[in-house]
Amino acid sequence: MATTQVNPTRMELKKLKNRLTVARRGHKLLKDKRDELMKRFLEIVRETKTLRERVEKGMEDIHGNFRMAAAASSPKGMTEALMLPKQSVSLTVSSQNIMSVNVPVFRFDVTGSPSDCYNFGLAFTGGELDSAIGSLSDLLPDLLRLAELEKTSQLLAEEIERVRRRVNALEYIMIPQFEESIKSISMKLDENERGSLTRLMKVKDMMIKEQREVKGKTAPIQ
Amino acid sequence: MYKIAVIGDRDSVLGFMAVGFSVFPTESAEEAARHLHRLVKEEYAVIYLTEELAEALSEDIAKYKDDPLPAIIPLPSRAGTLGLGLGNIKKSVERAVGADILFREE
Repeated sequence: MATTQVNPTRMELKKLKNRLTVARRGHKLLKDKRDELMKRFLEIVRETKTLRERVEKGMEDIHGNFRMAAAASSPKGMTEALMLPKQSVSLTVSSQNIMSVNVPVFRFDVTGSPSDCYNFGLAFTGGELDSAIGSLSDLLPDLLRLAELEKTSQLLAEEIERVRRRVNALEYIMIPQFEESIKSISMKLDENERGSLTRLMKVKDMMIKEQREVKGKTAPIQ
Repeated sequence: MYKIAVIGDRDSVLGFMAVGFSVFPTESAEEAARHLHRLVKEEYAVIYLTEELAEALSEDIAKYKDDPLPAIIPLPSRAGTLGLGLGNIKKSVERAVGADILFREE
């Protein structure tokens, strides 16, 4: 792996070692975060899946009922019957924090009594419409729960993807790079040390030799 | 206070009117896209779309995917389900885990 070019000094070595410990700690934390997110995510996704299947089945029944109702009355009559709803739904959105991901929580209030969704006369529409509307309003909580869960799973998926990228970047790029740099610096430092040691020994040898020569020259005179 | 919107072809979404959702009946994808962009800016927390439209507007929907609000949820229309909703769940599993581990046994 290509090492980033750094000055082989003790200062740099110390800095790199610190960064390595930080990276290791961050890596461990992020890995834990990823695992926990994954655990939550899988729980939520399983629930979403069963709910989605239930809602789709419910919608199918409702559409069937609506088709019957539409067949029994004129399209204009249908629109008229449904046009002015007495019931209205309002949502309050709060947010929940799952591992530092903010996900929406929907709470809905239905204004008007449960029978208010049948806001049309008995004369111009058939019973099919009543049952269609009835089952639709029964499905309402499921629909909202589904919206909440699907959004949550989307947001969690995004977060998990991001955390996973970070974990991998730390594990496979940053940490090996630091280790490589630290290794090359300490090798370079050792090499310098050995170099200066041999130089000193050499100088010492030269000095001893020189002294001997001086002694050899002066000895015969004495 | 947030509201709930439904966009789709007239026959599929009419019933939602009675339970108090805001209904925007439309047949064309362009009109639906216009509705969608407008509703996102307004106070709508949940926008239900028929799967046909969701498929046609997938690019527009993807833009809002990572925002906490609104939740844009495809619903089966009168013609029956296209499997888009389950497909979306599958996609987010793939995105998070890297492999599809939830639907494999089927």
